[in-house]
Amino acid sequence: MLPLLWLIPVLPLGGFLLLALFGGSFSRRVVAWVGVGSVGAATLVTGFVAWEFLRGFSQIDSYRQTLWTWVATSDMTVSVSWHLDALSLLMALVITGVGFLIHLYSIEYMSDPGQAGVSAPAGRAGENDGGYRRFFAYMNLFVFSMLTLVLADNLLLLYLGWEGVGLCSYLLIGFWYREPQNGAAAQKAFIVTRIGDTAFAVGLFILFVHFQTLSIQQVQALASAAWPVGSGLAVTVAALLLAGAVGKSAQLPLQVWLPDAMAGPTPVSALIHAATMVTAGVYLIARMHGLFALAPAVQYAVAVIGVLTLLLAACSALVQRDLKRALAYSTISQIGYMFLALGVGAWSAALFHFLTHACFKALLFLAAGSVILSLHHEQDIFRMGGLRRPLPLAFWTFTIGAAAMSGVPLITSGFYSKDWILWSAWSSPLSGEWIWFGGALGTVLTALYSFRLVFRVFFGEVRTEPGPRPGAAVSIPLVVLALLAVTVGFLEIPRTIGDAPWFSSYLAHALPAAPSLPGMDESVEAEQQMTISITSLLGILLAAALFLPRPAPADRIVAATWTHAIHTFWQGGWGFDRLYGVLLIKPWLFLTCDEDDVIDRGYGAVAGALCSLHDGLSRLQTGRLRWYAATMAMGALLLLGAFALWIA
Amino acid sequence: MMLWSLILIPLLAAPLAWYAERPVRSAPRWIAIAALGADLLIALLLWVFPTASDEGRWLLESLVRWIPRWGIGLHLGLDGLSLVLIVLASFLGLVAVVSSWTEIQERVGFFHFNLLLVLTGVIGVFLALDLFLFFLFWEVMLVPMYLLIAIWGHERRRYASFKFFLFTQAGSLLLLVAIVALALLHQDATGRPSFDYADLAALAVSGPVGWWLMLGFFAGFAVKLPAVPLHAWLPDAHTEAPTGGSVILAGLLLKTGAYGLLRFTLPLFPEPAREFAPIAMGLGAAAIIYGAVLAFAQTDFKRLVAYSSISHLGFALLGIFAMTDLALQGVVMQMVAHGISTGALFMLAGALQERLHTRDMRRMGGLWSTVPRLASLALLFAIASLGLPGLANFIGEFLVLFGSFAGQPLFTIVAATGMVTAALYALALLQRTFFGRQTEARIVPDLSRLSFAVLLVMAIVQVWLGWYPQPVLSTTEPAVRALLSSDRSVDAPVNPGYLTFNVERP
Repeated sequence: MLPLLWLIPVLPLGGFLLLALFGGSFSRRVVAWVGVGSVGAATLVTGFVAWEFLRGFSQIDSYRQTLWTWVATSDMTVSVSWHLDALSLLMALVITGVGFLIHLYSIEYMSDPGQAGVSAPAGRAGENDGGYRRFFAYMNLFVFSMLTLVLADNLLLLYLGWEGVGLCSYLLIGFWYREPQNGAAAQKAFIVTRIGDTAFAVGLFILFVHFQTLSIQQVQALASAAWPVGSGLAVTVAALLLAGAVGKSAQLPLQVWLPDAMAGPTPVSALIHAATMVTAGVYLIARMHGLFALAPAVQYAVAVIGVLTLLLAACSALVQRDLKRALAYSTISQIGYMFLALGVGAWSAALFHFLTHACFKALLFLAAGSVILSLHHEQDIFRMGGLRRPLPLAFWTFTIGAAAMSGVPLITSGFYSKDWILWSAWSSPLSGEWIWFGGALGTVLTALYSFRLVFRVFFGEVRTEPGPRPGAAVSIPLVVLALLAVTVGFLEIPRTIGDAPWFSSYLAHALPAAPSLPGMDESVEAEQQMTISITSLLGILLAAALFLPRPAPADRIVAATWTHAIHTFWQGGWGFDRLYGVLLIKPWLFLTCDEDDVIDRGYGAVAGALCSLHDGLSRLQTGRLRWYAATMAMGALLLLGAFALWIA
Repeated sequence: MMLWSLILIPLLAAPLAWYAERPVRSAPRWIAIAALGADLLIALLLWVFPTASDEGRWLLESLVRWIPRWGIGLHLGLDGLSLVLIVLASFLGLVAVVSSWTEIQERVGFFHFNLLLVLTGVIGVFLALDLFLFFLFWEVMLVPMYLLIAIWGHERRRYASFKFFLFTQAGSLLLLVAIVALALLHQDATGRPSFDYADLAALAVSGPVGWWLMLGFFAGFAVKLPAVPLHAWLPDAHTEAPTGGSVILAGLLLKTGAYGLLRFTLPLFPEPAREFAPIAMGLGAAAIIYGAVLAFAQTDFKRLVAYSSISHLGFALLGIFAMTDLALQGVVMQMVAHGISTGALFMLAGALQERLHTRDMRRMGGLWSTVPRLASLALLFAIASLGLPGLANFIGEFLVLFGSFAGQPLFTIVAATGMVTAALYALALLQRTFFGRQTEARIVPDLSRLSFAVLLVMAIVQVWLGWYPQPVLSTTEPAVRALLSSDRSVDAPVNPGYLTFNVERP
């Protein structure tokens, strides 16, 4: 079965090609079959490969498959080859599994006749121009690129997937292309991430110049041998890769694109902007952990970025009016946790949170999508309310997702992953107390903003009457993901509760274990767990107190002038957009406001001068004899005078 | 004779096409297609079925005495580099014919006469190994191109064609002076003048004289490339030329500049070129950013693409003067990839102009649903031009950057930021044209079947070279190595591994 590895990315690629080249004549049914079927088949193959791989796990840690030589010239040899190990297998399973559920969900979601979304009825893009086919084609292309990214054996192929997912993200954010602001959001996403990508590329140049290879394994082996810990080159390269990761994973300071990216259809937000693509940065850092270990300063920066991002984004999530925007900020915040874990060396914990987050965040988005669909594309939570009774499935699944995100103790997956991260932050020598404290504070905020959404949307009085309930294609993924959001946490039960660390022993085949300070025994861990459990429950209680009573006390708090100012500031994402507007966009627009070429104007000036000289000279040619005689005499006189002067 | 046929077929077909218009109006198109198709076929045959050979750097060589007193001979030579470029030339020639199919309705015969003549010049330039002969072909490209712009161009064609002529002719003049001076230097050294490539390369002129002559060669080629600040002719010429002319200009004429730098400036003046390299690479990096900034500022579709060419050719200049195998391979790849992506974009621009009667992007927008096929292809070529991996331009750009980084990290980083600026203009192009709201309600037909087929082939080539560039890279590798080794020793052993050919000597 292992040799079938190449099929995993190729199947969605085939789906894309089929839809792009021949999809014009397909009916909607066929389009859905091809689009969903290709990802479903990829899921199956991934399952087989995983089965086979896990059976042979005692003998081999990784499996490499080379398809062909991509570039071989001079001293560069790069091939198209896949590398399967515990880490890439985990990613592939999540991408295909969650991807398949989201594709399934899209069958129904995207065929909604009101699919023009918020745009005017005239702009029913989904209807007129093969939008259904375009959607599934782009989604399949995305799954292919994402699988290439995680399965790539070398950094150049990884970069191909990296840019490919960026392209699909761009295309899908701007899916409803008639609205100019969707186009703006799409371009913003692509360009902001490309700034990070450029840094990433420069990192690749440095690595290649020093090691003449781009193989992920070899580069790290050679780097560990050649560069001492903390050496300038190692720090530079790690920092450049971090810049790439920060762009893709929407972390400070390049997080600005993700909230706007919600302009895309909701399944896109679930798949690309929550479950998979935005975690590519986490994957990159985990994949290159050997290099980051050589640059402790950069690794510390990863943790710091994580803490700052998770707090800032949590505050912003707390005050959003738009349901999807709130979820977007929560994604930024949760990825902040993953960065925190990476920064303190808890690689597996970061990946575990990636796994649980993929399940509960996809669930939250899909549940939100079903609400939005029922309310005819209403996204403002202040126009929602009381939906618990008319939309029970959406209510229960959303609440399970919110509980998992808040980390409700013992029964949700989010608890296990977040607890692991914070325990690592507490026990790791790479961490600091304030990093742990930031993370713990984040749990209160997380519970607060998660349940704010629950209480605003599903409790209180009904403000907008919901339409019909969703069908099976929407319901099944919701139920499956809700089950997963609860159960995947049991893959890693800490020693204080049940001691079943399956996940960490699985990932130990690919990633080193987290370092630990001496004296961090079970009793300390249990105390830490108690603290986290209390903070998250506290957050939920606080949310209930603030948002459940009518009128909500939260509204009164926001009414005050100074809180209102903070509210607006957080809602706008801490002013980053304005800052970049002044620092980058204004200068760029100033630079490009004039379509004239300065250098060309220089040549124009020369040409102009020559023309006027010509004009002047030709004006002398008047045709009047008197004028000629006079000028001739004057000239002769001048010459004679000059000659006389010269002689004298 | 194989080599001469490559030149003679379009040369003889040119007057034929002109005269055939009178009896059959569409005959010139078919004659051009036949001639270029024959060239393409010969070139592909040479590529796929190499004639066996054991020595030397030329896959095929041909030398006929011409003016022995001055050391001038009809000396042609084909190596991997010329082969790839000739395939590109004949292919883009076909593309140019197809893209003029409906656009050119006046003086069809004379149009194709000029088109074939330009291509004769281009192919000759890629083959000539005698500098006198080379210059002859170099000038043959010029006048017909001038006529193509001046007669069949758009609104400001007189201005644009005149500017084109002045700039390139000024560059040619410097080139001519340098060539003659070099021949005379050979006379000083050996007692007989020579214009032959091998003789002159053996001189390896250095010192102040070498510097000046190198600058002459550089200037001549840099105008064609074009390097900032000598680029001013390009936006006007590209914009005002008819579609076929733009395809030839961007796809091929610019490449002759890069080819000249590769073939002549580097091997003839290894020492001065090495000293000059930082300046040239700086100019390259500057061109990348400068072109991209101006591309973003444009409102005219074709002008935007034209400025993007300046930006792309900056990569070529950077890579050529990085003087590493890897960078030079990247340059060749970039030349091929840019020829295809930009050629396609100009073709699409022409198709849009034919339909909308404007190139002003402020009057476009929301065309995705009106012309979906055209729009999807434009999307593909626009992302190719922003260097998306999986498409050919990426391979070129990245090999250039990888190959340049060791020598000039600073300029390479500046060049790499061109990835961001390229994204800015390429996405702006798409947004302004195909996305957003429609400014004017229009019902226009989508791409014609013929254009669609040709563009699809170009798209396939882009994807193919993006995933499997090896055929081009392996073919040009020995040639590129020979260009660089010439400063070590002229007859350095050239990797004989991949393709082996018989040397054809009359």
